[in-house]
Amino acid sequence: MSEATLQFIDAGKTYGGKVVLDDVSLTIEQSSVVALVGHNGAGKTTMMKLLLGLIRPSRGQVKVLGADPAGPDGVESRRHLGFLPETISFQGAMTGLDAMNFYARLKRVDLKQNMELLDRVGLADAARMRIKTYSKGMRQRLGLAQAMLGEPKVLLLDEPTTGLDPQLRRRFYDTLSKLKNDGATILLSSHALSELETRIEKVAIMKNGRLIANGSLHDLRNKANIPVRMRLLTRDGSADEIANQLAGVDINLVNGRTVEFSCAAKDKMMILRRVSEIGVAVEDVEIQLPSLDQLYSHYRDEGTVS
Amino acid sequence: MNAVATIAVQEIRDGLRNRWIIALTLILAGFALSLTFLGSAPGGNVGASPLLVTVVSLSSLSIFLLPLIGLMLSYDSIIGEIERGTMLLFLSYPVTRSHVMAGKFLGHMTILAFATIVGYGVAGAAAFVRGDVVEGNAITAFFNMTASSILLGGAFLGLGYLISASVRERGTAAGIAIGVWLVFVLIYDMALLAVLVHFSGSIAQGLFQVLLLVNPADAYRLFNLGGFDNVQALSGSIGMMADVKLPVWAMIGVLLAWVVMPLGVAGYLFNRKDI
Repeated sequence: MSEATLQFIDAGKTYGGKVVLDDVSLTIEQSSVVALVGHNGAGKTTMMKLLLGLIRPSRGQVKVLGADPAGPDGVESRRHLGFLPETISFQGAMTGLDAMNFYARLKRVDLKQNMELLDRVGLADAARMRIKTYSKGMRQRLGLAQAMLGEPKVLLLDEPTTGLDPQLRRRFYDTLSKLKNDGATILLSSHALSELETRIEKVAIMKNGRLIANGSLHDLRNKANIPVRMRLLTRDGSADEIANQLAGVDINLVNGRTVEFSCAAKDKMMILRRVSEIGVAVEDVEIQLPSLDQLYSHYRDEGTVS
Repeated sequence: MNAVATIAVQEIRDGLRNRWIIALTLILAGFALSLTFLGSAPGGNVGASPLLVTVVSLSSLSIFLLPLIGLMLSYDSIIGEIERGTMLLFLSYPVTRSHVMAGKFLGHMTILAFATIVGYGVAGAAAFVRGDVVEGNAITAFFNMTASSILLGGAFLGLGYLISASVRERGTAAGIAIGVWLVFVLIYDMALLAVLVHFSGSIAQGLFQVLLLVNPADAYRLFNLGGFDNVQALSGSIGMMADVKLPVWAMIGVLLAWVVMPLGVAGYLFNRKDI
Protein backbone atom coordinates (compact mmCIF):
# COMPACT_ATOMS: atom_id res chain seq x y z
CA MET A 1 0.00 0.00 0.00
CA SER A 2 2.76 2.47 -0.77
CA GLU A 3 1.90 3.34 -4.35
CA ALA A 4 2.69 6.95 -5.26
CA THR A 5 -0.63 8.67 -6.03
CA LEU A 6 0.51 12.27 -6.29
CA GLN A 7 3.98 13.13 -7.50
CA PHE A 8 5.93 16.31 -8.09
CA ILE A 9 9.24 15.55 -9.79
CA ASP A 10 11.47 18.65 -9.78
CA ALA A 11 8.34 20.55 -10.75
CA GLY A 12 8.69 24.29 -11.21
CA LYS A 13 6.35 27.01 -12.43
CA THR A 14 7.28 30.44 -13.66
CA TYR A 15 4.73 33.16 -14.42
CA GLY A 16 6.12 36.00 -16.50
CA GLY A 17 9.63 35.67 -15.13
CA LYS A 18 8.48 35.20 -11.54
CA VAL A 19 9.20 31.82 -10.01
CA VAL A 20 6.11 30.72 -8.07
CA LEU A 21 7.16 27.11 -7.64
CA ASP A 22 10.83 26.30 -7.34
CA ASP A 23 11.62 22.73 -8.35
CA VAL A 24 9.53 20.88 -5.82
CA SER A 25 9.88 17.13 -5.39
CA LEU A 26 7.17 15.57 -3.31
CA THR A 27 5.60 12.13 -3.37
CA ILE A 28 2.32 11.40 -1.65
CA GLU A 29 1.43 7.78 -1.21
CA GLN A 30 -1.91 6.10 -1.51
CA SER A 31 -4.11 6.07 1.56
CA SER A 32 -2.55 9.00 3.35
CA VAL A 33 -3.53 12.45 4.56
CA VAL A 34 -1.02 15.20 3.97
CA ALA A 35 -1.36 18.82 5.05
CA LEU A 36 0.11 21.49 2.82
CA VAL A 37 1.10 24.38 5.05
CA GLY A 38 2.45 27.79 4.10
CA HIS A 39 1.69 31.50 4.05
CA ASN A 40 -0.26 33.09 1.21
CA GLY A 41 1.73 33.01 -2.01
CA ALA A 42 3.90 30.11 -0.86
CA GLY A 43 2.80 28.07 -3.86
CA LYS A 44 0.04 25.92 -2.36
CA THR A 45 -2.66 26.91 -4.85
CA THR A 46 -0.18 26.60 -7.73
CA MET A 47 0.49 23.02 -6.61
CA MET A 48 -3.26 22.30 -6.50
CA LYS A 49 -3.72 23.74 -9.99
CA LEU A 50 -0.83 21.63 -11.30
CA LEU A 51 -2.44 18.53 -9.84
CA LEU A 52 -5.74 19.48 -11.49
CA GLY A 53 -4.04 19.93 -14.85
CA LEU A 54 -5.24 23.55 -15.09
CA ILE A 55 -1.67 24.69 -15.63
CA ARG A 56 1.42 22.87 -16.87
CA PRO A 57 4.72 22.84 -15.04
CA SER A 58 7.41 25.05 -16.60
CA ARG A 59 10.00 22.46 -15.59
CA GLY A 60 9.84 18.91 -14.31
CA GLN A 61 6.81 16.66 -14.07
CA VAL A 62 3.58 16.29 -12.17
CA LYS A 63 1.75 12.98 -11.98
CA VAL A 64 -1.68 12.10 -10.62
CA LEU A 65 -2.57 8.41 -10.41
CA GLY A 66 0.34 7.75 -12.76
CA ALA A 67 -0.85 10.12 -15.53
CA ASP A 68 0.04 13.66 -16.55
CA PRO A 69 -2.99 15.66 -15.32
CA ALA A 70 -2.63 18.21 -18.15
CA GLY A 71 -2.23 15.49 -20.79
CA PRO A 72 -4.83 13.50 -22.71
CA ASP A 73 -5.25 10.94 -19.90
CA GLY A 74 -5.69 13.71 -17.36
CA VAL A 75 -9.33 14.31 -18.27
CA GLU A 76 -10.27 10.73 -17.50
CA SER A 77 -8.22 10.61 -14.30
CA ARG A 78 -10.20 13.59 -12.99
CA ARG A 79 -13.18 11.25 -12.61
CA HIS A 80 -11.38 9.88 -9.57
CA LEU A 81 -10.57 13.26 -8.15
CA GLY A 82 -12.46 15.56 -5.82
CA PHE A 83 -11.56 19.22 -5.45
CA LEU A 84 -12.65 21.97 -3.10
CA PRO A 85 -11.41 25.41 -4.17
CA GLU A 86 -10.38 28.01 -1.63
CA THR A 87 -13.32 30.26 -2.42
CA ILE A 88 -16.29 28.27 -3.52
CA SER A 89 -19.14 29.74 -5.52
CA PHE A 90 -22.11 28.31 -7.32
CA GLN A 91 -24.74 29.70 -9.61
CA GLY A 92 -27.20 31.09 -7.09
CA ALA A 93 -30.43 30.23 -8.87
CA MET A 94 -29.83 26.48 -8.48
CA THR A 95 -30.86 24.49 -5.45
CA GLY A 96 -28.22 22.52 -3.59
CA LEU A 97 -29.57 19.30 -5.04
CA ASP A 98 -29.60 20.77 -8.58
CA ALA A 99 -25.92 21.60 -8.21
CA MET A 100 -25.08 18.13 -6.92
CA ASN A 101 -27.02 16.51 -9.76
CA PHE A 102 -25.20 18.63 -12.33
CA TYR A 103 -21.77 17.80 -10.93
CA ALA A 104 -22.67 14.11 -10.57
CA ARG A 105 -23.62 14.02 -14.25
CA LEU A 106 -20.33 15.64 -15.22
CA LYS A 107 -18.51 12.98 -13.22
CA ARG A 108 -20.83 10.28 -14.58
CA VAL A 109 -21.74 8.92 -11.17
CA ASP A 110 -25.11 7.79 -9.85
CA LEU A 111 -27.34 10.64 -8.69
CA LYS A 112 -28.78 8.51 -5.89
CA GLN A 113 -25.95 9.17 -3.46
CA ASN A 114 -26.43 12.95 -3.66
CA MET A 115 -28.97 13.24 -0.83
CA GLU A 116 -26.78 11.11 1.39
CA LEU A 117 -23.75 13.30 0.66
CA LEU A 118 -25.75 16.43 1.44
CA ASP A 119 -26.90 14.81 4.66
CA ARG A 120 -23.30 14.06 5.57
CA VAL A 121 -22.45 17.77 5.47
CA GLY A 122 -25.66 18.75 7.28
CA LEU A 123 -27.48 20.15 4.24
CA ALA A 124 -30.27 17.58 3.89
CA ASP A 125 -32.92 20.10 4.98
CA ALA A 126 -31.60 22.79 2.64
CA ALA A 127 -31.25 20.50 -0.37
CA ARG A 128 -34.24 22.00 -2.17
CA MET A 129 -33.50 25.61 -1.30
CA ARG A 130 -31.82 27.98 -3.74
CA ILE A 131 -28.10 28.39 -3.17
CA LYS A 132 -28.43 32.17 -3.04
CA THR A 133 -30.27 31.76 0.27
CA TYR A 134 -27.34 29.73 1.71
CA SER A 135 -24.96 31.15 4.29
CA LYS A 136 -21.22 31.17 3.62
CA GLY A 137 -20.75 28.07 5.75
CA MET A 138 -23.52 26.24 3.90
CA ARG A 139 -21.86 26.98 0.56
CA GLN A 140 -18.58 25.66 1.90
CA ARG A 141 -20.34 22.47 3.00
CA LEU A 142 -21.97 22.11 -0.41
CA GLY A 143 -18.46 22.45 -1.82
CA LEU A 144 -17.31 19.58 0.37
CA ALA A 145 -20.25 17.46 -0.69
CA GLN A 146 -19.44 17.91 -4.39
CA ALA A 147 -15.77 17.07 -3.75
CA MET A 148 -16.82 13.74 -2.27
CA LEU A 149 -18.95 12.74 -5.28
CA GLY A 150 -18.19 9.29 -6.66
CA GLU A 151 -15.86 8.10 -3.90
CA PRO A 152 -12.77 9.87 -5.20
CA LYS A 153 -9.34 8.27 -4.99
CA VAL A 154 -7.74 11.68 -4.65
CA LEU A 155 -9.12 14.61 -2.67
CA LEU A 156 -7.59 18.07 -3.04
CA LEU A 157 -9.02 20.38 -0.42
CA ASP A 158 -8.06 24.05 -0.22
CA GLU A 159 -8.93 25.36 3.25
CA PRO A 160 -11.68 22.79 3.82
CA THR A 161 -12.87 23.63 7.31
CA THR A 162 -13.53 27.36 7.05
CA GLY A 163 -17.16 27.95 7.90
CA LEU A 164 -17.72 24.63 9.68
CA ASP A 165 -18.84 24.62 13.28
CA PRO A 166 -16.95 22.31 15.70
CA GLN A 167 -19.45 19.47 15.36
CA LEU A 168 -19.40 19.49 11.56
CA ARG A 169 -15.64 19.87 11.67
CA ARG A 170 -15.38 16.67 13.67
CA ARG A 171 -17.71 14.92 11.24
CA PHE A 172 -15.62 16.22 8.37
CA TYR A 173 -12.42 14.77 9.83
CA ASP A 174 -14.21 11.49 10.58
CA THR A 175 -15.26 11.35 6.93
CA LEU A 176 -11.67 12.00 5.89
CA SER A 177 -10.41 9.12 8.03
CA LYS A 178 -13.02 6.85 6.54
CA LEU A 179 -12.10 7.86 2.99
CA LYS A 180 -8.43 7.42 3.83
CA ASN A 181 -9.01 3.95 5.24
CA ASP A 182 -10.86 3.08 2.05
CA GLY A 183 -7.71 3.94 0.14
CA ALA A 184 -8.16 7.63 -0.72
CA THR A 185 -5.24 10.02 -0.86
CA ILE A 186 -6.00 13.40 0.66
CA LEU A 187 -4.02 16.60 0.27
CA LEU A 188 -5.37 19.54 2.18
CA SER A 189 -4.09 23.01 2.72
CA SER A 190 -4.96 24.83 5.87
CA HIS A 191 -4.17 27.75 8.10
CA ALA A 192 -5.95 26.16 11.06
CA LEU A 193 -2.85 24.31 12.16
CA SER A 194 -3.96 23.52 15.68
CA GLU A 195 -6.98 21.50 14.54
CA LEU A 196 -4.92 19.57 11.97
CA GLU A 197 -2.51 18.30 14.55
CA THR A 198 -4.42 15.30 15.79
CA ARG A 199 -5.87 14.52 12.37
CA ILE A 200 -3.00 14.25 9.97
CA GLU A 201 0.13 12.18 9.72
CA LYS A 202 2.22 14.16 7.33
CA VAL A 203 3.00 17.78 6.71
CA ALA A 204 4.60 19.53 3.76
CA ILE A 205 5.70 23.06 4.57
CA MET A 206 6.03 25.54 1.71
CA LYS A 207 7.82 28.86 1.68
CA ASN A 208 8.25 31.19 -1.31
CA GLY A 209 7.56 28.38 -3.76
CA ARG A 210 9.99 25.96 -2.15
CA LEU A 211 9.30 22.86 -0.12
CA ILE A 212 11.21 23.49 3.10
CA ALA A 213 10.09 20.55 5.19
CA ASN A 214 8.23 17.35 4.55
CA GLY A 215 7.53 14.34 6.73
CA SER A 216 5.53 12.98 9.61
CA LEU A 217 4.83 15.29 12.53
CA HIS A 218 7.02 13.05 14.70
CA ASP A 219 10.01 13.30 12.37
CA LEU A 220 9.62 17.00 11.93
CA ARG A 221 9.52 17.50 15.72
CA ASN A 222 12.71 15.51 16.14
CA LYS A 223 14.49 17.32 13.36
CA ALA A 224 13.38 20.73 14.54
CA ASN A 225 14.55 19.88 18.05
CA ILE A 226 12.23 22.38 19.66
CA PRO A 227 12.36 22.02 23.46
CA VAL A 228 9.56 20.08 25.11
CA ARG A 229 7.97 21.97 28.01
CA MET A 230 7.02 20.14 31.20
CA ARG A 231 5.21 21.28 34.28
CA LEU A 232 5.16 19.33 37.55
CA LEU A 233 2.41 19.80 40.07
CA THR A 234 3.94 19.03 43.46
CA ARG A 235 2.75 18.50 46.99
CA ASP A 236 2.41 21.77 48.89
CA GLY A 237 5.79 23.25 49.80
CA SER A 238 8.02 20.71 48.10
CA ALA A 239 8.53 22.57 44.79
CA ASP A 240 11.94 23.93 45.76
CA GLU A 241 13.13 20.59 46.99
CA ILE A 242 12.08 18.86 43.78
CA ALA A 243 13.71 21.56 41.66
CA ASN A 244 16.96 20.85 43.50
CA GLN A 245 16.67 17.13 42.86
CA LEU A 246 16.46 17.74 39.11
CA ALA A 247 20.06 18.91 38.89
CA GLY A 248 21.24 19.54 35.37
CA VAL A 249 17.76 20.33 34.08
CA ASP A 250 17.10 23.83 32.80
CA ILE A 251 14.42 24.98 35.29
CA ASN A 252 12.34 27.93 34.10
CA LEU A 253 10.06 28.60 36.98
CA VAL A 254 9.52 27.43 40.53
CA ASN A 255 6.34 28.78 42.04
CA GLY A 256 4.85 27.29 45.20
CA ARG A 257 3.31 24.08 43.90
CA THR A 258 4.62 24.06 40.33
CA VAL A 259 7.98 23.47 38.70
CA GLU A 260 8.32 24.31 35.02
CA PHE A 261 11.21 23.40 32.77
CA SER A 262 12.01 22.56 29.16
CA CYS A 263 14.21 19.87 27.69
CA ALA A 264 15.32 18.55 24.33
CA ALA A 265 12.91 16.07 22.75
CA LYS A 266 15.45 13.26 22.97
CA ASP A 267 15.91 13.76 26.74
CA LYS A 268 12.19 13.65 27.46
CA MET A 269 12.00 10.01 28.59
CA MET A 270 15.17 10.21 30.64
CA ILE A 271 13.82 13.16 32.58
CA LEU A 272 10.42 11.52 33.04
CA ARG A 273 12.15 8.53 34.61
CA ARG A 274 13.97 10.82 37.03
CA VAL A 275 10.72 12.58 37.87
CA SER A 276 8.99 9.30 38.63
CA GLU A 277 11.86 8.33 40.96
CA ILE A 278 11.13 11.39 43.09
CA GLY A 279 8.01 9.62 44.28
CA VAL A 280 4.73 10.82 45.76
CA ALA A 281 5.84 14.47 46.09
CA VAL A 282 5.03 14.86 42.36
CA GLU A 283 1.27 14.75 42.00
CA ASP A 284 0.89 15.40 38.28
CA VAL A 285 2.92 15.96 35.10
CA GLU A 286 1.93 18.04 32.09
CA ILE A 287 3.90 17.64 28.87
CA GLN A 288 3.59 20.15 26.08
CA LEU A 289 4.96 18.96 22.75
CA PRO A 290 5.79 21.64 20.20
CA SER A 291 2.58 22.43 18.34
CA LEU A 292 2.25 22.42 14.58
CA ASP A 293 2.16 26.21 14.84
CA GLN A 294 5.56 26.22 16.50
CA LEU A 295 6.94 23.70 14.04
CA TYR A 296 5.67 25.77 11.15
CA SER A 297 7.24 28.95 12.54
CA HIS A 298 10.47 27.09 13.16
CA TYR A 299 10.82 25.77 9.63
CA ARG A 300 9.56 28.97 8.08
CA ASP A 301 12.17 31.06 9.91
CA GLU A 302 14.89 28.53 9.33
CA GLY A 303 13.94 28.36 5.67
CA THR A 304 16.32 25.57 4.73
CA VAL A 305 15.55 22.21 3.25
CA SER A 306 15.91 19.52 5.84
CA MET B 1 -25.32 11.82 -21.21
CA ASN B 2 -21.93 13.12 -22.27
CA ALA B 3 -20.22 16.21 -20.89
CA VAL B 4 -21.15 18.57 -23.75
CA ALA B 5 -24.85 17.66 -23.52
CA THR B 6 -24.79 17.95 -19.71
CA ILE B 7 -23.31 21.45 -19.92
CA ALA B 8 -25.74 22.48 -22.68
CA VAL B 9 -28.73 21.29 -20.64
CA GLN B 10 -27.36 23.12 -17.61
CA GLU B 11 -27.07 26.33 -19.63
CA ILE B 12 -30.69 25.96 -20.82
CA ARG B 13 -31.88 25.33 -17.25
CA ASP B 14 -30.05 28.47 -16.19
CA GLY B 15 -31.84 30.33 -18.94
CA LEU B 16 -35.18 29.07 -17.60
CA ARG B 17 -34.31 29.81 -13.97
CA ASN B 18 -33.14 33.36 -14.55
CA ARG B 19 -36.09 34.06 -16.92
CA TRP B 20 -33.83 34.88 -19.87
CA ILE B 21 -35.66 32.50 -22.20
CA ILE B 22 -39.11 33.80 -21.38
CA ALA B 23 -37.96 37.43 -21.60
CA LEU B 24 -36.28 36.97 -25.00
CA THR B 25 -39.25 35.07 -26.40
CA LEU B 26 -41.67 37.75 -25.23
CA ILE B 27 -39.55 40.56 -26.64
CA LEU B 28 -39.23 38.91 -30.04
CA ALA B 29 -42.90 37.89 -30.15
CA GLY B 30 -43.96 41.38 -29.04
CA PHE B 31 -41.97 43.12 -31.76
CA ALA B 32 -42.96 40.58 -34.39
CA LEU B 33 -46.66 40.82 -33.57
CA SER B 34 -46.71 44.61 -33.56
CA LEU B 35 -44.84 44.71 -36.88
CA THR B 36 -47.25 42.19 -38.36
CA PHE B 37 -50.31 44.20 -37.44
CA LEU B 38 -49.09 47.79 -37.60
CA GLY B 39 -46.66 47.27 -40.45
CA SER B 40 -49.21 45.76 -42.78
CA ALA B 41 -51.66 48.67 -42.62
CA PRO B 42 -50.15 50.54 -45.61
CA GLY B 43 -49.46 47.34 -47.50
CA GLY B 44 -53.14 46.57 -47.75
CA ASN B 45 -53.73 49.51 -50.07
CA VAL B 46 -51.00 48.76 -52.56
CA GLY B 47 -51.86 45.10 -52.59
CA ALA B 48 -48.51 43.84 -51.43
CA SER B 49 -48.43 40.47 -49.70
CA PRO B 50 -48.83 41.16 -45.97
CA LEU B 51 -46.53 38.28 -45.03
CA LEU B 52 -43.79 39.62 -47.27
CA VAL B 53 -44.14 43.03 -45.66
CA THR B 54 -43.74 41.29 -42.32
CA VAL B 55 -40.59 39.53 -43.58
CA VAL B 56 -39.05 42.84 -44.62
CA SER B 57 -39.92 44.57 -41.35
CA LEU B 58 -38.85 41.63 -39.20
CA SER B 59 -35.51 41.21 -40.93
CA SER B 60 -34.79 44.92 -40.46
CA LEU B 61 -35.55 44.44 -36.79
CA SER B 62 -33.52 41.25 -36.51
CA ILE B 63 -30.40 42.98 -37.79
CA PHE B 64 -30.40 45.12 -34.66
CA LEU B 65 -31.91 42.78 -32.12
CA LEU B 66 -30.34 39.36 -32.70
CA PRO B 67 -26.70 40.50 -32.65
CA LEU B 68 -27.50 42.27 -29.40
CA ILE B 69 -29.13 39.15 -27.92
CA GLY B 70 -26.26 36.94 -29.08
CA LEU B 71 -23.65 39.20 -27.50
CA MET B 72 -25.63 39.62 -24.28
CA LEU B 73 -25.95 35.86 -23.84
CA SER B 74 -22.29 35.12 -24.41
CA TYR B 75 -19.98 38.02 -23.52
CA ASP B 76 -19.91 37.02 -19.85
CA SER B 77 -19.98 33.26 -20.17
CA ILE B 78 -16.25 32.54 -19.88
CA ILE B 79 -14.70 35.54 -18.15
CA GLY B 80 -17.72 35.72 -15.80
CA GLU B 81 -17.24 32.15 -14.63
CA ILE B 82 -13.51 32.68 -14.24
CA GLU B 83 -14.08 35.79 -12.13
CA ARG B 84 -16.76 34.21 -9.97
CA GLY B 85 -14.48 31.21 -9.43
CA THR B 86 -16.95 28.68 -10.80
CA MET B 87 -14.66 27.88 -13.75
CA LEU B 88 -11.92 26.53 -11.46
CA LEU B 89 -14.37 24.04 -9.96
CA PHE B 90 -15.86 23.28 -13.37
CA LEU B 91 -12.48 22.34 -14.84
CA SER B 92 -11.63 20.09 -11.89
CA TYR B 93 -14.25 17.74 -13.34
CA PRO B 94 -13.52 15.26 -16.14
CA VAL B 95 -14.24 17.78 -18.90
CA THR B 96 -11.94 19.57 -21.34
CA ARG B 97 -12.17 23.28 -21.99
CA SER B 98 -13.44 22.49 -25.47
CA HIS B 99 -16.29 20.52 -23.87
CA VAL B 100 -17.14 23.49 -21.69
CA MET B 101 -17.24 25.91 -24.59
CA ALA B 102 -19.08 23.56 -26.97
CA GLY B 103 -21.66 22.79 -24.28
CA LYS B 104 -22.24 26.43 -23.44
CA PHE B 105 -22.51 27.36 -27.12
CA LEU B 106 -25.03 24.60 -27.81
CA GLY B 107 -27.07 25.69 -24.81
CA HIS B 108 -27.06 29.34 -25.82
CA MET B 109 -27.80 28.46 -29.44
CA THR B 110 -30.83 26.45 -28.31
CA ILE B 111 -32.10 29.35 -26.21
CA LEU B 112 -31.66 31.75 -29.11
CA ALA B 113 -33.28 29.41 -31.62
CA PHE B 114 -36.21 28.71 -29.31
CA ALA B 115 -36.89 32.39 -28.67
CA THR B 116 -36.63 33.25 -32.39
CA ILE B 117 -38.76 30.37 -33.65
CA VAL B 118 -41.47 30.87 -31.05
CA GLY B 119 -41.36 34.67 -31.19
CA TYR B 120 -41.47 34.95 -34.97
CA GLY B 121 -43.62 31.86 -35.33
CA VAL B 122 -46.34 33.51 -33.27
CA ALA B 123 -46.33 36.45 -35.65
CA GLY B 124 -46.45 34.16 -38.69
CA ALA B 125 -49.33 32.20 -37.21
CA ALA B 126 -51.16 35.41 -36.37
CA ALA B 127 -50.90 36.53 -40.00
CA PHE B 128 -52.23 33.18 -41.11
CA VAL B 129 -55.14 33.22 -38.64
CA ARG B 130 -56.07 36.73 -39.71
CA GLY B 131 -56.74 35.27 -43.11
CA ASP B 132 -53.96 36.92 -45.13
CA VAL B 133 -53.49 35.58 -48.61
CA VAL B 134 -50.28 33.69 -48.23
CA GLU B 135 -48.27 32.81 -51.31
CA GLY B 136 -45.84 29.94 -51.32
CA ASN B 137 -42.78 32.09 -51.82
CA ALA B 138 -43.81 34.33 -48.94
CA ILE B 139 -43.80 31.29 -46.66
CA THR B 140 -40.36 30.32 -47.96
CA ALA B 141 -39.14 33.86 -47.35
CA PHE B 142 -40.51 33.73 -43.81
CA PHE B 143 -38.79 30.42 -43.07
CA ASN B 144 -35.53 31.63 -44.56
CA MET B 145 -35.75 34.83 -42.56
CA THR B 146 -36.27 32.91 -39.29
CA ALA B 147 -33.47 30.44 -39.99
CA SER B 148 -30.99 33.10 -41.05
CA SER B 149 -31.93 35.20 -38.00
CA ILE B 150 -30.86 32.28 -35.83
CA LEU B 151 -27.60 32.06 -37.76
CA LEU B 152 -27.06 35.79 -37.36
CA GLY B 153 -27.59 35.44 -33.62
CA GLY B 154 -25.18 32.48 -33.64
CA ALA B 155 -22.50 34.56 -35.37
CA PHE B 156 -22.68 37.14 -32.60
CA LEU B 157 -22.78 34.40 -29.96
CA GLY B 158 -19.44 33.27 -31.39
CA LEU B 159 -18.09 36.82 -31.33
CA GLY B 160 -19.25 37.09 -27.72
CA TYR B 161 -17.28 33.97 -26.80
CA LEU B 162 -14.26 35.39 -28.57
CA ILE B 163 -14.57 38.57 -26.49
CA SER B 164 -15.17 36.59 -23.31
CA ALA B 165 -12.13 34.36 -23.85
CA SER B 166 -9.73 37.18 -24.70
CA VAL B 167 -10.30 39.72 -21.91
CA ARG B 168 -9.04 39.73 -18.33
CA GLU B 169 -12.04 41.45 -16.74
CA ARG B 170 -15.80 41.26 -17.15
CA GLY B 171 -16.16 45.02 -17.47
CA THR B 172 -13.86 45.05 -20.49
CA ALA B 173 -15.93 42.30 -22.10
CA ALA B 174 -19.13 44.32 -21.73
CA GLY B 175 -17.49 47.40 -23.25
CA ILE B 176 -16.06 45.50 -26.20
CA ALA B 177 -19.40 43.76 -26.79
CA ILE B 178 -21.15 47.12 -27.14
CA GLY B 179 -18.38 48.30 -29.46
CA VAL B 180 -18.65 45.20 -31.64
CA TRP B 181 -22.40 45.65 -31.91
CA LEU B 182 -22.08 49.31 -32.91
CA VAL B 183 -19.40 48.59 -35.50
CA PHE B 184 -21.06 45.65 -37.23
CA VAL B 185 -24.65 46.84 -37.06
CA LEU B 186 -24.38 50.61 -37.49
CA ILE B 187 -20.96 52.06 -38.24
CA TYR B 188 -19.85 49.58 -40.90
CA ASP B 189 -22.78 50.37 -43.18
CA MET B 190 -22.43 54.10 -42.73
CA ALA B 191 -18.72 53.91 -43.50
CA LEU B 192 -19.40 51.77 -46.53
CA LEU B 193 -22.03 54.22 -47.74
CA ALA B 194 -19.62 57.11 -47.25
CA VAL B 195 -16.96 55.32 -49.25
CA LEU B 196 -19.46 54.53 -51.95
CA VAL B 197 -20.59 58.15 -52.21
CA HIS B 198 -17.05 59.49 -52.20
CA PHE B 199 -15.75 57.17 -54.89
CA SER B 200 -19.06 57.11 -56.72
CA GLY B 201 -18.82 54.73 -59.58
CA SER B 202 -15.11 54.14 -59.32
CA ILE B 203 -15.34 51.38 -56.75
CA ALA B 204 -15.35 47.94 -58.32
CA GLN B 205 -18.55 45.95 -58.04
CA GLY B 206 -16.59 42.87 -56.91
CA LEU B 207 -14.87 44.70 -54.09
CA PHE B 208 -18.18 46.14 -52.96
CA GLN B 209 -19.70 42.68 -52.81
CA VAL B 210 -16.82 41.36 -50.79
CA LEU B 211 -17.07 44.30 -48.40
CA LEU B 212 -20.76 43.55 -47.90
CA LEU B 213 -20.12 39.86 -47.29
CA VAL B 214 -17.39 40.50 -44.72
CA ASN B 215 -19.98 41.79 -42.27
CA PRO B 216 -22.41 39.11 -41.02
CA ALA B 217 -25.17 41.68 -40.57
CA ASP B 218 -24.86 42.72 -44.23
CA ALA B 219 -24.70 39.12 -45.41
CA TYR B 220 -27.96 38.60 -43.53
CA ARG B 221 -29.50 41.68 -45.07
CA LEU B 222 -28.48 40.61 -48.58
CA PHE B 223 -29.85 37.15 -48.02
CA ASN B 224 -33.25 38.29 -46.80
CA LEU B 225 -33.87 41.48 -48.76
CA GLY B 226 -32.09 40.72 -51.99
CA GLY B 227 -32.85 37.06 -52.37
CA PHE B 228 -36.45 37.32 -53.49
CA ASP B 229 -37.77 39.53 -56.20
CA ASN B 230 -41.00 40.25 -54.38
CA VAL B 231 -39.18 41.15 -51.23
CA GLN B 232 -36.71 43.24 -53.13
CA ALA B 233 -39.52 45.30 -54.59
CA LEU B 234 -40.77 46.09 -51.09
CA SER B 235 -37.47 47.02 -49.55
CA GLY B 236 -36.97 50.15 -51.59
CA SER B 237 -34.69 51.86 -49.13
CA ILE B 238 -32.02 49.27 -49.65
CA GLY B 239 -32.20 49.65 -53.38
CA MET B 240 -28.48 50.11 -53.56
CA MET B 241 -28.16 46.42 -53.00
CA ALA B 242 -30.47 45.54 -55.83
CA ASP B 243 -27.47 45.40 -58.09
CA VAL B 244 -25.63 43.02 -55.82
CA LYS B 245 -26.46 39.54 -56.99
CA LEU B 246 -24.76 36.90 -54.96
CA PRO B 247 -25.40 33.18 -54.83
CA VAL B 248 -27.41 32.03 -51.84
CA TRP B 249 -24.70 29.58 -50.75
CA ALA B 250 -22.21 32.44 -50.47
CA MET B 251 -24.42 34.36 -48.07
CA ILE B 252 -25.28 31.29 -45.99
CA GLY B 253 -21.61 30.29 -46.08
CA VAL B 254 -20.53 33.68 -44.79
CA LEU B 255 -23.00 33.49 -41.92
CA LEU B 256 -21.87 29.96 -41.05
CA ALA B 257 -18.23 31.00 -41.22
CA TRP B 258 -19.04 33.85 -38.86
CA VAL B 259 -20.48 31.33 -36.42
CA VAL B 260 -17.57 28.88 -36.63
CA MET B 261 -14.48 31.08 -36.91
CA PRO B 262 -14.85 33.31 -33.84
CA LEU B 263 -15.82 30.23 -31.86
CA GLY B 264 -12.69 28.42 -33.02
CA VAL B 265 -10.40 31.31 -32.10
CA ALA B 266 -12.23 31.65 -28.77
CA GLY B 267 -11.59 27.95 -28.09
CA TYR B 268 -7.90 28.37 -28.88
CA LEU B 269 -7.60 31.37 -26.55
CA PHE B 270 -9.59 29.70 -23.78
CA ASN B 271 -7.33 26.63 -23.93
CA ARG B 272 -4.29 28.82 -23.37
CA LYS B 273 -5.81 30.92 -20.62
CA ASP B 274 -4.53 30.74 -17.06
CA ILE B 275 -7.40 30.05 -14.72
